[in-house]
Amino acid sequence: MHMADALISPVVGGTMWAVTAGVAAYATKKVENDLDEQKIPLMGVMGAFVFAAQMINFSIPATGSSGHLGGGLLLAILLGPYAGFLTMASILVIQALFFADGGLLALGCNIFNLGFFTCFIAYPLIYKQIMRRGYSPSRIFIGTMVSAIIGLQLGAFSVVLETLFSGKTELPFGTFLLLMQPIHLAIGMVEGLITAAVVGFVWKARPEIIEKASSGEALGTIPIKQVLAVLAIVAVFTGGFLSWFASAHPDGLEWSVFNTSGKEELEVPDGIHQTLASIQEKTAFLPDYSFKTQEQETNTGETKTEEAWPVVDAGTSISGLVGGIMTLILAGITGFCIILFKKRKRPSVV
Amino acid sequence: MIDMVNMMELLNNIRLLDELAGKRTNIHQIHPLMKVLTTLMFLFVTVSFDKYQLSGLLPLIFYPVVVITLADIPVVPILKRMLFVMPFIIGIGVFNPFFDTNPVVILPWIQISGGWISFFSILVKGSLTILAALLLIATTGITRVASALRMMRIPKVFIMQLLLTYRYITLLIEEVGRALCAYSLRSPDTKGIKISNWGSLTGQLLMRTLERAQRVYHSMCCRGFTGEYRISKQNKMMIGDIAYFAGWSLFFVIVRFINIPAFLGLLMTGEGR
Amino acid sequence: MSHHIIEVNNLKFRYADGRQALNGIAFQILHGESVGIVGANGAGKSTLLMHLVGVLLPNEGEIRVGEMPVTKKTIPIIRQKVGMVFQDPNDQLFTTSVYDDVAFGPRNYKLPEEEVEKRVKRALETVGILSLSDRPPYKLSGGEKRAAAIATILAMNPDILVMDEPSSALDPKSRRLLIRLLQGFTHTKIIASHDLDMILELCERTIILNNGEVIADGPTNKILVDKELMEECGLEIPLSMQNCPVCGGEKRVLNEAGQDKK
Repeated sequence: MHMADALISPVVGGTMWAVTAGVAAYATKKVENDLDEQKIPLMGVMGAFVFAAQMINFSIPATGSSGHLGGGLLLAILLGPYAGFLTMASILVIQALFFADGGLLALGCNIFNLGFFTCFIAYPLIYKQIMRRGYSPSRIFIGTMVSAIIGLQLGAFSVVLETLFSGKTELPFGTFLLLMQPIHLAIGMVEGLITAAVVGFVWKARPEIIEKASSGEALGTIPIKQVLAVLAIVAVFTGGFLSWFASAHPDGLEWSVFNTSGKEELEVPDGIHQTLASIQEKTAFLPDYSFKTQEQETNTGETKTEEAWPVVDAGTSISGLVGGIMTLILAGITGFCIILFKKRKRPSVV
Repeated sequence: MIDMVNMMELLNNIRLLDELAGKRTNIHQIHPLMKVLTTLMFLFVTVSFDKYQLSGLLPLIFYPVVVITLADIPVVPILKRMLFVMPFIIGIGVFNPFFDTNPVVILPWIQISGGWISFFSILVKGSLTILAALLLIATTGITRVASALRMMRIPKVFIMQLLLTYRYITLLIEEVGRALCAYSLRSPDTKGIKISNWGSLTGQLLMRTLERAQRVYHSMCCRGFTGEYRISKQNKMMIGDIAYFAGWSLFFVIVRFINIPAFLGLLMTGEGR
Repeated sequence: MSHHIIEVNNLKFRYADGRQALNGIAFQILHGESVGIVGANGAGKSTLLMHLVGVLLPNEGEIRVGEMPVTKKTIPIIRQKVGMVFQDPNDQLFTTSVYDDVAFGPRNYKLPEEEVEKRVKRALETVGILSLSDRPPYKLSGGEKRAAAIATILAMNPDILVMDEPSSALDPKSRRLLIRLLQGFTHTKIIASHDLDMILELCERTIILNNGEVIADGPTNKILVDKELMEECGLEIPLSMQNCPVCGGEKRVLNEAGQDKK
């Protein structure tokens, strides 16, 4: 579920960076105010543990396949939401730097998608609420399962939104959603099962580890029934919207937020798109050509897709092709020259 | 069962990048903050290209080429790592040709769909961004990246825990590897950890980890740790460091606004009007 | 003024799970003494060491280092005087380079960076790994890790070195190097170990712990050869003092004067 740099736009990447930095700053304050310096090594070592535990193959009964641990929820349960979020963030930083797993620009998105929803939504609103009446094996099981599933569903939904707002892929919203959500339901269930097994085991052996970690962070008294009711309403609404959407656009595959030629049918996405375009113009940082051309396109109102395609740059003409090849050759020559130059220089130095 | 191959790959990757970061070429000597900023600039410019721009992107490849050669970075392992991550990007990008079928004329007698152009654009951006991240760490190393982050006012708590996580990854991967090895030796016919052992195996490892965290904390305390952490001093920033950043930035911006390949092509083919 | 550098009186400690780890321990250690602490697993060695650096505080009794009782208040000063080398160097080397690890302590005491550098270099030189100062810890061999862990303590300029199993997981050559290194130190040393041959070489005095109590306290070459006593405590006499496994011949033990002691 790691997003890559190539699939996001600077606006989405930058916005999510800002949002994530805000959340992280708040979490840092909370951790610093905690005055428990013991937590710092604990966070560090736990981060490494999750990293290593992600390597374990858990065979899923009756399927012949295996699943992996993500670890966000486990971190929230053991360290609390703030330290858990920061730990998840540092895991993702290392993955981005050393393994190019999710890019540096997409880091804001990835930290948010994988850390925020588990640590600040699923954990306090579901897990904590279920544990409020005391720990028991069945509550631990239900609490972790539901939290893991909800956290990953929200994260996956966020991935879909971020990808679409970036407009790099042509994957239609509905298709992408139908691809992502069910997969992440399965991933969430596995995550929930593994987390439940680990937390259940540790709770039996050393209950204080599980119970101590989550004490002192109770979110007041939000009754669990209300939370579940709200979640149910949200689910019904999303489902209703999706089915309406599917019926209104039988050829849903043709539809995508950014690239339909018949923009007038879809006012809302167009509105979002316009806002984004104007943000991008206002920030004046690297204006994106396609936004402008498409705007003109809608303004003049005359549209035949084939004709309204000045977006494709000069690279599509012969000259572009020739120039592109030349650029690559030049880059190759440059590299070669540097190597030659260094080789020639070395003996004289030594 | 054990992702032994995967695990070795992971450890080797960390070791390799650490080793490369220990070199002392001109690129390695540049102030880490400037290298971090240059990388961010590069990434921003790269992803800011429109999805149908392909030729305009190509000059950006000069950056990785120059850094790789100047910093003595072996090409093969870096490209291998790059290919390792590409499938995800390809997996998402490959839909473009199916959904975006607007024909685009490449040569008078060849037409392809716009989706292919945007797909290739994603591929090029993917390769460039992955390379940039790997090159940053291979020429700078985690310790100096951390000091750059500190200069960017990232809180100490976060940096310290980032470094701690990094430090213990190799150790804990080895520990997990031993546990999995012991498990697999006694359960020859399973491909993964059986569900009845999910909790006990991982839970045991977790409790050992918590004990380790406790010992690490004690050893820190014995050396006067009170929650503060001072990171090693960084060399002073020189004009050369700033010039490095400014030079590349200028190059990136020029590439972003002037389609150099198209310009070159026009010159060559004399098609300009 | 007492000339004892460490004084332990009636030390009792019980873990949270109810296990009584220390049950009335008492001893004094003089300036410059090297003391071995031996005992079976679970005898209370590590718990005792943890008390000497204030990681654990006693339920009952007291510990004095120099003139100072070990309490919450005095811990920062105590830890400058007493350096503890942990059993697993991985727990002690937690940063990303050897240099930063050795510098961690001096920096925590807010020394100026030039002084920190001086101390780090001196400490690394003493243990002979100055050339490894930029290495990440995971790339060190077992012996190098141990040396680095000792350097992290030396950089704090302690008067007293406390070591938990310093020779564990070392190959014979690294172990020999370690023993030579420790022989060269003038610090007061307290070494807990199962490596009785090393204790024999390094410590003139030995304390045997069993079930949280001091069973014996005296000259090493008297205590470690007492077969009955050792076996009673779940130990055995050092290999170098056992009969030759090949010929069965009895080992001759030399006393200080270099004469046969029998």
